[in-house]
Amino acid sequence: MKRYIAKRLLQLIPILLAITFLSFAMMRLAGSDAVLQKMENTGMVLSQDVIDAARAELGLDKPFLTQYFVWLGNLLQGDMGVSYISGRAVLPTFLSKLPATLLLTAVSLAMTVAVSIPLGVLAAVRQNRLTDALIRAASFVGNSLPNFFVALLLMYVFAIRLGWLPVISREVTLPNVLLPALTLAIAMSAKYLRQVRAAVLDELSRDYVMGARARGVPFRVTLTKSVLRACMTTILTLLALSIGSLLGGTAIVESIFMWDGVGKLAVDAINMRDYPMIQAYVMWMAIIYVFVNLAADLSYRALDPRIRLGGERP
Amino acid sequence: MRMRAPLCSRRAGRLVFFLALAVLLLLTVLFARQLCPYDPNAQVFETLLPPSAEHLAGTDRLGRDLLSRILMGLRTSVLATLFLVAAVTAAGTAVGVLCGVLGGAADGLLMRVSDVCLAFPSLVFALGVAALLGGGLHNAVLALAVIGWPKYARIARSQVLALENADFIAAARLAGDTNGQIILRHLLPNILGPILVTAVLDIGTMMMELAGLSFLGLGAMPPTAELGSMMSDGRSMLQTYPWVVLAPGVAIFVAVAVFNLLGDALRDWLDPKNSARGESPGRTNETARETP
Repeated sequence: MKRYIAKRLLQLIPILLAITFLSFAMMRLAGSDAVLQKMENTGMVLSQDVIDAARAELGLDKPFLTQYFVWLGNLLQGDMGVSYISGRAVLPTFLSKLPATLLLTAVSLAMTVAVSIPLGVLAAVRQNRLTDALIRAASFVGNSLPNFFVALLLMYVFAIRLGWLPVISREVTLPNVLLPALTLAIAMSAKYLRQVRAAVLDELSRDYVMGARARGVPFRVTLTKSVLRACMTTILTLLALSIGSLLGGTAIVESIFMWDGVGKLAVDAINMRDYPMIQAYVMWMAIIYVFVNLAADLSYRALDPRIRLGGERP
Repeated sequence: MRMRAPLCSRRAGRLVFFLALAVLLLLTVLFARQLCPYDPNAQVFETLLPPSAEHLAGTDRLGRDLLSRILMGLRTSVLATLFLVAAVTAAGTAVGVLCGVLGGAADGLLMRVSDVCLAFPSLVFALGVAALLGGGLHNAVLALAVIGWPKYARIARSQVLALENADFIAAARLAGDTNGQIILRHLLPNILGPILVTAVLDIGTMMMELAGLSFLGLGAMPPTAELGSMMSDGRSMLQTYPWVVLAPGVAIFVAVAVFNLLGDALRDWLDPKNSARGESPGRTNETARETP
């Protein structure tokens, strides 16, 4: 197992290098450079000399590969450059936004677990009855609502109509995280609820459930001691996989609620063509993606001994 | 083994009903221009009028009739989404069938590529593409297409692998059919069901993602009416003129719901056994179980 993890970690190095190169190359090839962009932003008309001088200052006049290796060398020392817009160092700015996104992810995940597991189990146990139908209808509605619409609806109801929560607040506090987290949780619960229901139904149809009933084991005991335990691994793995998309995919919700996390930072950076900041976000996503997949593979292995990863013998 | 419910069953009835709804929606967007009560781009009315008999959804901040804008926005969203889904379905199915039939190194490589695409959140990928190529509806569609095809390739490939050793394929081979003939005459007709269900269920998701990109200002550009960008445009008025924001949202919800209902009905009809059990348990379970 240790050797397998070590091997997987070593495999990450070329992948991450490839990602750095791709993200660097694509940003540079995307056209408009920082100097022209700055000129547009400020509305100034500059002479060619001034533009050239500014380019030389930012190192944009050097050959492409030289630029890449300079950039990569700096990256390895933790220097991701300076934001074209704010002029501040990218990495500290990025790291300062991370806690807000982590908090949002944690709270929305907790809400999702609290809603989707009990409701999913309930729907499975009451299959094809009224409770099941109602829960499934709610899940259907949740699945058909785009998250920005949910965000605006929640804002309208809770902040504007009822006045319980502030409409928009830039501060990262627990009351402020509720609405954005609820927005994310509604979409995720709608999705996971169905999967929980399916997993439980799958397990309930097995012979041992019937056998336990025949021997007079109360259904409640079978459900909590056997069925739920068997399903939980599947469910938790699914949830863990969603962390990846949560950590990076909260861009829309963060920008609606002005939640000061990395998703909003990325959207702002894209709109302003702030390349160094966009690169930081791309690297962040790549790292999450790679590690979440590693974690998923490891958890399959831990949960299901039938899987032999990497050809390793037991 | 898939079994189809009889044509006169309740499932078939549901399917026909939702199919009719979807056709109605499609006709609405195709004839959106004719259905608009006013010119959707004409800024001729008083601004921010509340819903009334003359303007069923009110007017926006530039004095345009909101219902006309919503109809045209729905047209943009639905047509772009249908194009996107058709493109990824066709491309993914083609790749999957070829991988399944030919196998070998190309199969291995393409499946690794599809692993990467499947695991990466599509909206984040689209954000990245927008960062590189700039916004615009075309780039948004392109981005979602690039990340979206592998799902179909996977389904098509696994279906082909399941059918490959079937007797009727062997019989066709013995009768001298070429690979191309076998694919077109025997494989494709038999694997289309699950692919079609996935495609219809994907329409809603894709529509929401496209609208989300437009909402962020990375999709459709003004003055093109698009539901996501309309909502983004009006969100500062949520407090004072909520209908400007909520009406386009309702339109997206209705469109997404119609296609989701159609997808569910289609799945139930094609595969009654599966629907009795519930949804498919998802990627994890399948991956965990298919490895011996």
